[in-house]
Amino acid sequence: MANAPPSNLLDESLGDTSGVGRMILVEDCVETSGAFVVHHLLKRALHPHSSDAVVFLSFSHPFSHYDRVLRKMGCNLSVQRDNKRLLFFDMLALDHLDRDRGKTSEDILIALYGEVQKAVEVSRSYETRHHITVVIDDVSLMEVDANGSSDLVLDFLRYCCSLTAQFGCSLIALNHGDVYSIVDQPNLLLQLEYLADIVIKIEPLATGLAKDVHGQLTVTNRNLRVDSGKSRSRVHNFQFRIKDNSVEYFYPGSKT
Amino acid sequence: MVMAANKPRSGSFSRNFGAASSSVPSIPGLKHGPNGTMLLSSGIPDLDKILGGGLALGSLVMVMEDPEAPHHMLLLRNFMSQGLVHHQPLIYASPATDPRGFLGTLPNPMVSKDDKSRVHETEQEKGLRIAWQYKKYIGEHSSESHRDGKSEYCNDFDLRKPLERHFFSWKQIDCVSLKESADLAAFHERCSSFLSQANQNNGNITGGRIAIQSLCSPQCEYSNREWEMLSFIRSLKSVVRLSNAVAVVTFSPSLVSTTFSIRLQHLADTLVSVKAIPDEDKELAKLLTGYKDMVGLLSVHKVARFNTQVPTILETTTFSMKLQKRRSLVLECINQAPVDGATGSSYASSGSCSGSSKTGSFDF
Repeated sequence: MANAPPSNLLDESLGDTSGVGRMILVEDCVETSGAFVVHHLLKRALHPHSSDAVVFLSFSHPFSHYDRVLRKMGCNLSVQRDNKRLLFFDMLALDHLDRDRGKTSEDILIALYGEVQKAVEVSRSYETRHHITVVIDDVSLMEVDANGSSDLVLDFLRYCCSLTAQFGCSLIALNHGDVYSIVDQPNLLLQLEYLADIVIKIEPLATGLAKDVHGQLTVTNRNLRVDSGKSRSRVHNFQFRIKDNSVEYFYPGSKT
Repeated sequence: MVMAANKPRSGSFSRNFGAASSSVPSIPGLKHGPNGTMLLSSGIPDLDKILGGGLALGSLVMVMEDPEAPHHMLLLRNFMSQGLVHHQPLIYASPATDPRGFLGTLPNPMVSKDDKSRVHETEQEKGLRIAWQYKKYIGEHSSESHRDGKSEYCNDFDLRKPLERHFFSWKQIDCVSLKESADLAAFHERCSSFLSQANQNNGNITGGRIAIQSLCSPQCEYSNREWEMLSFIRSLKSVVRLSNAVAVVTFSPSLVSTTFSIRLQHLADTLVSVKAIPDEDKELAKLLTGYKDMVGLLSVHKVARFNTQVPTILETTTFSMKLQKRRSLVLECINQAPVDGATGSSYASSGSCSGSSKTGSFDF
């Protein structure tokens, strides 16, 4: 599997993603959105050199938004969708139809999982596809759709994780960290962090918003296999500046 | 272009963005924004400038209320009036028993003669307040605001005069009382049918407006069912996003749990909060120029980010709300008063557009 060589700090810290069955959790907050990480990972998964397919569950934006954003980054989602490399579920529109029919939120999520599973199985049937990435943007909206039942959402995500073992998928989920920061009882975010192999945390700078540094990023990469067979985690910390066609990553203080 | 448009009447450098206004209105009341969006006006010229031209069609704007002051009503009034002036369909919901009564308090646009004199006034005031070395930029600035008035994308409103009757005669104004409805599903139905009607307007894009006042107020029956409100906002957001309308929703964060409030803030495309300032706060009065005219503070937390991943970083996020001549609402950068005895330090009066109102003494 020929992934593009790591080109920036984020790619380096994520390491080699060709290994199957990983879950990446992206955590952001009101001040600094983490959508750009999702865009980056999406572009990476759809890179022409790789043979991956993507199943995208969008709860927050319509397809046209992602299409325009990714086009500026040099990735044509419409073409990828026609090639069946990208399967896009627009949950903004879909959700409506289902609610009208008086389904419970459990039914909706079960049906959704069915769709995802089917999509993954279909994608697997192509000889050329080796690896499937499931992207969820974002989990907190899924919780709203489930009427606040985080158990349902968690079940859904666990099922998706089980796909990773079965079919060699990876899972990318965006969630908002600050929503859960107040409650101290076990919550969805902790569960997600437990499930995830890589946690990417996006925060604003402590000094407030700035024009040339948009925020900072903490990547916790667990389960790095060391030769002795033990796993250990590694933490990377750097800052970023978002542009239309790319994102600049740099270590604190090293921006010229 | 966004950056240039971000500047409110700060009296500092501001580029003349002629490119933006050249593509203006084929459709009255709408203009093209960055990244293929269409914008409509918030009814407050300064707020439009701060947000980069206006509110993007399809966006959900949330206003966080001050629990003790009705400043959010000022924003709502101007937003609704502007819509009626442009003959855009409007739906207004509030927890009051008779929401239609609120229409009587909407402000009237200023007549153009008044408008001219107002521009002149601000110019004169500017001359007094702004450091002398920036004087040459003033002419440029006021001509820009004048041009805006001419294209009638955004009117100045006179808060003392009620909106003239002939604006109301235009068909689509719908008022809903949230107090009576037991759940939000019915109201959501009404919104979506409103939007689908507005969309079928002979294929023309008109831009509808939805204004919801005090969503979480305790008078409403559903106010303790947080998930229901969230799911209402979420589905409202999704129908608005696919239509040519803008929804402005105000809510009071102190009436709901923090988690819920943060969830609502995440749902918003554009997030603004208003705060009253205490009447007799001597320390603040000493720190800020024009403290007497201020009625409150407005902070911009988030600006809608459609079709792009780049966040809009404003030069400053907190602005003072002032009633100019007790009639029109203007937003200004907060200016710190010059420190007594600091003679000749031009920093003190000019370089003081700080984002925070709580900044202490100068440390130069």
